[in-house]
Amino acid sequence: MTTFVFCSYILNYYFYYCGYFVTVIFLLVRFSRLTAMDNEMCSLKRQLEEKEKEIAALRSKLAARVEKASELKIQDKVTTLNPLTAKPSLSNEDIMRYSRQLLLPDLGVQGQLKLSQTSVLVVGCGGLGCPLAQYLAAAGIGRLGLLDYDEVELSNLHRQVLHGEENQGQAKALSAARSVIRLNSGVECIPYHLQLSPENALQLVQQYDIVADCSDNVPTRYLVNDACVLSGKPLVSASALRMEGQLTVYNYHGGPCYRCLYPVPPPPETVTNCSDGGVLGVVPGIMGCLQALEVLKIASGQGTACGQQLLLFDAQNARFRSIRLRPKQPSCVVCGEIPSVTRLVDYEAFCGSAATDKCRKLNLLSKDQRITVQDYKSIRDSTGPHILLDVRPLVEVEICSLPSSLNIPLSSLEEKKSKDIQLLQEKISQVKQQMAGDQQAPVYVVCKLGNDSQKAVQLLEKMSGEEVDGITVKDISGGLMAWAKMIDPSFPRY
Amino acid sequence: MAAPVSVHLEFGGGAELLFDGVKEHHVTLPSQPEPWGMRQLLVWIQRNLLKERPELFVQGDSVRPGILVLINDADWELMGELDYQLQDQDNVVFISTLHGG
Ligand SMILES: [Zn+2]
Repeated sequence: MTTFVFCSYILNYYFYYCGYFVTVIFLLVRFSRLTAMDNEMCSLKRQLEEKEKEIAALRSKLAARVEKASELKIQDKVTTLNPLTAKPSLSNEDIMRYSRQLLLPDLGVQGQLKLSQTSVLVVGCGGLGCPLAQYLAAAGIGRLGLLDYDEVELSNLHRQVLHGEENQGQAKALSAARSVIRLNSGVECIPYHLQLSPENALQLVQQYDIVADCSDNVPTRYLVNDACVLSGKPLVSASALRMEGQLTVYNYHGGPCYRCLYPVPPPPETVTNCSDGGVLGVVPGIMGCLQALEVLKIASGQGTACGQQLLLFDAQNARFRSIRLRPKQPSCVVCGEIPSVTRLVDYEAFCGSAATDKCRKLNLLSKDQRITVQDYKSIRDSTGPHILLDVRPLVEVEICSLPSSLNIPLSSLEEKKSKDIQLLQEKISQVKQQMAGDQQAPVYVVCKLGNDSQKAVQLLEKMSGEEVDGITVKDISGGLMAWAKMIDPSFPRY
Repeated sequence: MAAPVSVHLEFGGGAELLFDGVKEHHVTLPSQPEPWGMRQLLVWIQRNLLKERPELFVQGDSVRPGILVLINDADWELMGELDYQLQDQDNVVFISTLHGG
């Protein structure tokens, strides 16, 4: 009995102490948890403070960038620029940003500093100018003059990669400059929304170290060349069409100029532009990148091997070819021994064509040989028998065409391909059968813009009485694009 | 009599469009009293390959402005232009200058 009492007494104490220990342990754990939470709170607070600092820094950076982008003032005339300030050394941010190219012995710190002190004038912000400006800005060029007289159109976007859908209608120079600033806010960008002319070209070119010809027409190419020769600037020139590209550096270290190679401009009718001949977007992209490469090598002091060399790119066969060119010509009228071109001249007159790549409007026919799209619409509505002859190349007919048109490309008419002439003759007989009496069958010729259709009318009139017989031929003024604009807005434009 | 000469002709930059879009032509110039020069080659091309619109390819006795002639990957100006005497297996390129951008 006593044993039991004793035991229960002990157990009582035991439980009492146990409860005490549990409480103590519980408190200890709580306390240590509180300290841990406290520590965590402190560290979170610190992190928060750091993040807040980072946010503030990013905010001010963003503000600076927005300011820089809004600072982009579009220039509608040439102004005098302040000289580029020389950087004594690279900042830590510069070192990080350009680290991968700084590691190249070919460039190095000195090359990078030279890039930051070089200004480049980009003539044309299209298929060549966009990738060129993009890579020059990414590489840290000091100043970029971006010149273009044109506005962004939907049909530009497949190759002019600095412009976006939301930039349609905007000046290309401004749209390109905004993209460039977004890529590298350290680059000074000057957008020029103007047409380069004999009046402004020298003042502009003189203010830049290197000029890149990314233009799309012959008169501008001669103008840029002469301005570069007269002000002693190297000219990095590229061009592209369809599936081919060409690149040369002119007027560099005693090498030839554009006129040394091409003293006489090509006849205007032999020149094809991108809106006529087409171009695969990546082809000018590749050529513009090659141009950027040559500009960077010249700017960083490595020099170029293209000074007396023509690089040909054949995209179809994936082939590059380097051609050794003639040296500077003593007889050259602008860079030769006795130059006759000592100031800029009228290049549109010299080349016999306008300084744009917009299609020329031919006027080969008299008024009574042409009808308007409205007239043709009434003819279609009245369902009078006639032939609608579409003279565009097959590739364009596949894009779109008017129902019940007969397609014979202008080139087939020129060659008088017997199969096509026979087809036309059959169609003429059919129409004549539908008509009362001995009337002539009306033929309306259409093309994209109303130039080729005029040539076709002239051809058919010459053939009349021989290859084809009993027709009256007229062309539809303004072509299918006028039809799309005035008559049927749902008709595709290209 | 000069022996026949085999030459490889190439057209590019759009000049091929005057030759039915065919860029490469392997041709054999027949045996003739004088040796084959570039001047004679241009006449031969006009008579045998080019059938339509010769004014888009030749002007006078030379090529029209805007076409660059390359002989064995060198500007023909370095080779004597029209007076260059063709050798068997020569490669002659006629390239139309591009202006698009
Ligand atoms: Zn020259």
